[in-house]
Amino acid sequence: MNAQSPNDYSAYPDANGRFGDYGGRYVAETLMPLVLDLGQAYEDAKNDPAFHAEMSGYMTHYVGRPSPLYFAERLTQHFGGAKIYFKRDELNHTGAHKINNCIGQILLARRMGKTRIIAETGAGQHGVATATVCARFGYPCIVYMGATDVERQKPNVFRMNLLGAEVRPVTSGTGTLKDAMNEAMRDWVTNVDDTYYIIGTAAGPHPYPAMVRDFQSVIGTEARAQMLEREGRLPDAVVACIGGGSNAIGLFHPFLADENVRLIGVEAAGHGLSTGMHAASLTGGRPGVLHGNKTYLLQDDDGQIIDAHSISAGLDYPGIGPEHSWLHDVGRAQYVSATDQEALDAFQLCSQLEGIIPALEPAHALARVGDVAKELGKDGIVLMNLCGRGDKDIFTVAEALGSRL
Amino acid sequence: MRQNRITSRFEALKEEGRAGLITYVMAGDPDVETAFEILKGLPAAGADLIELGFPFSDPMAEGPPIQRAALRALKAGMTLRGTLDLVRRFRVNDQTTPIILMGYTNPVLTYGFGPFAADAAAAGVDGLIIVDSPPEEAAELSDALDVAGISLIRLTAPTTDDKRLETVVKRTSGFVYYVSVAGVTGVKEADAATVAPAVARVRKASNLPVAVGFGIKTPERAAAVARVADAVVVGSALVEEIASAAATDSLAAPKVLASVAALAQAVRMARLDVSVT
Repeated sequence: MNAQSPNDYSAYPDANGRFGDYGGRYVAETLMPLVLDLGQAYEDAKNDPAFHAEMSGYMTHYVGRPSPLYFAERLTQHFGGAKIYFKRDELNHTGAHKINNCIGQILLARRMGKTRIIAETGAGQHGVATATVCARFGYPCIVYMGATDVERQKPNVFRMNLLGAEVRPVTSGTGTLKDAMNEAMRDWVTNVDDTYYIIGTAAGPHPYPAMVRDFQSVIGTEARAQMLEREGRLPDAVVACIGGGSNAIGLFHPFLADENVRLIGVEAAGHGLSTGMHAASLTGGRPGVLHGNKTYLLQDDDGQIIDAHSISAGLDYPGIGPEHSWLHDVGRAQYVSATDQEALDAFQLCSQLEGIIPALEPAHALARVGDVAKELGKDGIVLMNLCGRGDKDIFTVAEALGSRL
Repeated sequence: MRQNRITSRFEALKEEGRAGLITYVMAGDPDVETAFEILKGLPAAGADLIELGFPFSDPMAEGPPIQRAALRALKAGMTLRGTLDLVRRFRVNDQTTPIILMGYTNPVLTYGFGPFAADAAAAGVDGLIIVDSPPEEAAELSDALDVAGISLIRLTAPTTDDKRLETVVKRTSGFVYYVSVAGVTGVKEADAATVAPAVARVRKASNLPVAVGFGIKTPERAAAVARVADAVVVGSALVEEIASAAATDSLAAPKVLASVAALAQAVRMARLDVSVT
């Protein structure tokens, strides 16, 4: 099967790690041999049935997969349109989709003989997931986290500490997720022999965007099969929130060839796209190079990266995974946005109507699901990835709603 | 086409039988005029070639000193265009000292590779180092620089094996920059004993001069490296002096230029008296 049809979307990235013009390996020469090694090691693992068998075992017995496909009946009634389904990835061990990727990468790190794990984190969900697998597999773990985020997300910092990880607050730059990622890269370039860097989103130098996508594709693969079994057909639209975009690409990817299924990504519009205080890289940015890949970025006229803003720390990133940039340009996926306020409203709505407190990240997706459901009408089906639970966000939400805990 | 200033300078150094001193400072650090004063004074203080950093918000391969320098420069309003203005002003009085711009892909991509190469050549830039542009991603940039006659100088690292070295030196001109430590700038100290065989390895792959940098902070260390390499790069140590002068409101230029003079002295003497270490 050498010939690719023009719409063989799942055939990317190419050998150079490119999704069209996006992706690539824009790293310092010191890291280049490591990145190439990692690419080779991942290719080998991907083609090894034993690797998949082991991963699948942990996914079942440790993570708790498959996650359920849930018919959100009362939200469906509320919006009065298409049937709304949730893929319940918030029920995974550690409370979010991040663990799917961490299981895959820790097994790869072990295969490569690495002895020290580093990671970056924004809200702390990826940091917690990384600390979790490091505890489970017995690796020392260092998590870089923006000093501002350490302050905002104290419960997650404590969780990581409980799991035995060291959290290093990052004060360089503006002390946010992008700076945590810079600092993790600096650690990696300094500890080239023993260290494995578990990137939490489908971004960074090749092979990370493809690898993280593959590990997260379990979301879409399960959901697609569950939907066929439940409804006897595919959904009309699938919706997911986007920061770096790992849960969205994990949901979208198994549906890429189903061209009748609309793929809708929801970026964080913060205070509103017109205010400049947002995290919507596709809607409000332009292509550039950061963190090892070419992709859409929030940046000024001189090419300096602009800080993102979102009430959700997990979406607070000025870039986006390169595959999303490409799917956006070729038009296979559609990208919209939701403001802080819209996400807060959806957060409360979901809590009150479904008895599920969602994370603020998927609350952004939910904020657009109503529109999609109405547009599709009663015969339609819309599937949303509920990628994380909201326990971590209660302090943020309480503050936004003016109550004190 | 005019003889490239980098090539001429290395030929002259070879004739003198000594290594060159390459100094790195950040454009616009701590402010535009002080940075210009420093830049203007570097050749007289003994810098043989000048590396001029242009700031980027997310300098992935830099240690804390140069990260902070970039933030100071950005705060002072420095841009890639502003960096070219500094070079243009420098060239009014200095036609011979090579200037190499050093930074990251995104500002150059934003400027546009073609327009940047043309404007940089017109301003008097001789070479370019882009930290996050490995050969695999650099074809388009290399083409644009070739048209403008600007050298693309590549970094090689301790992690670059012999096979990869061939890829790295292809389409490199001016000189090859050997990163002497696996790490970011200005943190680990370079080990002179491992530098010599590494430089020999690079020389086997390329006929270009070899400059060594990352982790060279003192005149003693600079002298040790000057015995085995064609040039020594000092950056973070100078940038730190600018930072401390700016913090105490004292004059940065005379302080930094005095340090450059001490480094230049050490580099010039290095091969004359090998017995002193």
